[in-house]
Amino acid sequence: MSDATPTPTATPERPQLPAQSPPVDPAETAVADNKAGSGRKLSWWRGDGGDGAKRNLGLIGVLAALIVVGAITKPDLYGDPNWVWNNVLAILQLASVVGVVTVGMTFVIIGGGIDLSVGAIVALAGVWCTTVATQSYGAGGMIFTALAVGICVGLVNGVLISYGRLVPFIATLAMLVAARGLAASISNKQTQVSSSTFINDIAARKVIGIPILVYILGAVVLAGWVVLNRTTFGRRTIAVGGNPEAARLAGINVRRHTMLLYALSGLCCGIAAIMLTSQATSAQAAMANLYELDAIAAAIIGGTLLSGGRGTIVGSLLGVIIFATITNLFAINGLSIEAQNMVKGGIIVAAVLVQQFQFKSVTRLLARNRVTTAT
Amino acid sequence: MALPEDDPATASAEAVAEAPLVEAPADTVAGEVVLRLTDVVKTFPGVRALDGVQLEVRAGEVHCLLGQNGAGKSTLIKVLAGVHQPDSGQVEWRGEPATFANPQAAMKAGIATIYQELDLVEDLSVAENAFLGHEYRNFGFVRRGRMARHTRQILSRLGHGEIPPGRMVRSLPAAGKQIVSMARALSHEARLIIMDEPSAVLAHDEVGNLFRIIRELTAQGIAVIYISHRLEEIREIGDRVTVLKDGRTTAANLPARDTPTRDLVSRMTGRTIEYVFPDRPTDDSAGADLLQVQGLTRTGEFADVSLNVRAGEIVGIAGLVGSGRSELLETIYGARLPEAGTVQMDGKVLRPGVGAAVRAGMGMAPEERKSQALLLGEPIYRNVTLATFGRYARLGFTNAAKERAEADRIAETLELRPRDVDRPVRTLSGGNQQKVVVGRWLLGGTKLLLLDEPTRGVDVGARAELYQVIRSLAAQGVGVLLVSSEVPEVLGLADRVLVMREGRVVREAAAGELDENTVLDLVMAGSLMEGAPA
Repeated sequence: MSDATPTPTATPERPQLPAQSPPVDPAETAVADNKAGSGRKLSWWRGDGGDGAKRNLGLIGVLAALIVVGAITKPDLYGDPNWVWNNVLAILQLASVVGVVTVGMTFVIIGGGIDLSVGAIVALAGVWCTTVATQSYGAGGMIFTALAVGICVGLVNGVLISYGRLVPFIATLAMLVAARGLAASISNKQTQVSSSTFINDIAARKVIGIPILVYILGAVVLAGWVVLNRTTFGRRTIAVGGNPEAARLAGINVRRHTMLLYALSGLCCGIAAIMLTSQATSAQAAMANLYELDAIAAAIIGGTLLSGGRGTIVGSLLGVIIFATITNLFAINGLSIEAQNMVKGGIIVAAVLVQQFQFKSVTRLLARNRVTTAT
Repeated sequence: MALPEDDPATASAEAVAEAPLVEAPADTVAGEVVLRLTDVVKTFPGVRALDGVQLEVRAGEVHCLLGQNGAGKSTLIKVLAGVHQPDSGQVEWRGEPATFANPQAAMKAGIATIYQELDLVEDLSVAENAFLGHEYRNFGFVRRGRMARHTRQILSRLGHGEIPPGRMVRSLPAAGKQIVSMARALSHEARLIIMDEPSAVLAHDEVGNLFRIIRELTAQGIAVIYISHRLEEIREIGDRVTVLKDGRTTAANLPARDTPTRDLVSRMTGRTIEYVFPDRPTDDSAGADLLQVQGLTRTGEFADVSLNVRAGEIVGIAGLVGSGRSELLETIYGARLPEAGTVQMDGKVLRPGVGAAVRAGMGMAPEERKSQALLLGEPIYRNVTLATFGRYARLGFTNAAKERAEADRIAETLELRPRDVDRPVRTLSGGNQQKVVVGRWLLGGTKLLLLDEPTRGVDVGARAELYQVIRSLAAQGVGVLLVSSEVPEVLGLADRVLVMREGRVVREAAAGELDENTVLDLVMAGSLMEGAPA
């Protein structure tokens, strides 16, 4: 793919209109792949925004700064490579559950919506999969139940929003209240202990020295990245969020896609419910409290535009990791949760301010380069 | 390119003679110079938007600004309105060098700008809009009575005393909103009013009314900078013309009435182009019926419309804004549900919804490019393949390389400039954006193209290219249904013409059987727009 061959079409003096190309035959595209390339090198890893990648550098900078702060405040701990490695794993494990929720949230926000009900869905799915009846079907039944509950609740959100034409904020706010209520009534306000060793082992076990929860986060992030950047689903998401009317008039089924986005968010919540249940070896109606705020904040500082049409999975992941690092930093320094929340609020504002500034200068830079290279 | 003023030899003898050097006759422009721009330069990243602009505006004149899309008119307006600051060059306002740090400063100095998209607050009253930002007040309380009185005064100065100052702006027709914009300009005691394509939102008879207002303004010594694509308007209302091309002044202070059209156009383009329509095929090459519409009705929009389009045929719909033509097009496309009637493609009744229409081979270029057709921040190739990316995908995975190649092929065919398919669509000029929208439907088997005002905001040169594209599509057997408020365009391009008025088709004929006057008579017969101010 790297060598850019010029397009082999012979260019007549005045280019003719292309013959109407019939719907593309897959076999043909396979051949055309190799010839394609309009003079620009394509990198397989290149995500959606070239700018998005650059914006993520800023987040990595923030992360580096946090690590420096940690190293200054606790030089003795940071001098021990063993401790550092374990701490990194602890941070990733801390980030894993919210991280999975944030991937779904990122899709919803890029698609022009918002999902306030994620925390409540996690709780409902967690409670539902740990009822005595569900547990009697074993670990498989519990996992199936959690995922199914997540998807179904997400679908209800989606149907209300795309076919019932409710504002996403209102619909998911209602679901936030209702799902928590249902979770409390199913669990009878009790903590339900999971007796499945398979489920409980997910959070307890490591594979090649890395917790399974971190693998799950990695898999969900990777899947999310591929879906957003390399599939028609992702392309539709950007189109629907960027300009719903244009998407509709181009023949994209905007309503169905919007509905599917909330179902996807629900699916992520179902996965998160299993992870969280495994961590606590139990579930209760109050679990995953305020996850919606963490997920939205992470997506926003990750560069996802709240009005839709733009955002990256990697940015969201970095957002989650930054928050987890702050929590970790406060914990090892023995500082209070209250102070931590204030700092998180400040970080959200600062990150967005920095990004705005950075984004402008990056676009300027890109435009300037174009002048010299173009024409 | 050197300015004619600097080097008279560049003006070829037969073309413009010494017109640029000639000051307009004294009887038309009596006032003193209020605004003088010398060598104004403004660069943006990647673009030299203004590259040496000269402009001289006198009190009490209507000074027309001509130029293609991308010539720098919008930037120039924004410099005068204080939105942008020039990089170099001089702005002299009422005899003194001036820089406007922000729009408020320009307003305060007496320069008011009426943008194409009127910047009114729809849910405030006429008076509140007129005095927005500088309300009469006492200790923070707005003095509504005084504001209403003053607004009424201004409105009657504009000849529209009948508009109630307390009325919500939302409930006014487009022409009324424009008058409120002008009232706002006058509330600031503006000495110069810049109007950016004010006639674009107006029906034909309302333009006459606009001109009457402009004449009253100039009679009071107010200078007007008037921007329009329509030459006949410039002839009617303008005193002098300054032509911009590629950010430079190519001719200054030409007399608006007497300068030959050819000279003006050649100053804008560097070439002489009138509306050039491609030849129609001599034989009747149209094939079988492609689209059949029967008895289509939506209350309040259009009623009982029947039409057909054959393969390889261009059918034009002429009608004013508000005649139901855009709504008709959207209903055929499945974007609106009809109350009665059917739409058939290839003899099969279409199910409702855009998806079904696209699958049946329809494509539409909607009226509002930016809000209805484009993802402005996304690269060109993704906009070109917005309707077809699924067809290049395998198992749900997109094929960006193939999409880029296809988009590049389209870009080459349509002579897209610049031909860089990874550029965001936002950076293209209006004409090139339109090419992207039309190009979208050249990919993958579109049999019927619905075009709603395909050349709105598109400059003369790009228009000719678009016409060529549309005609060659028809030659390949694509049916085209074209809506335009420019009658010459419909007559010149279409094979068959339907004239719409108030939601009904009032005439159908081969394009050759109609002339512009006949169509205009049909289009404007009877009562026109409702709610237009008297």
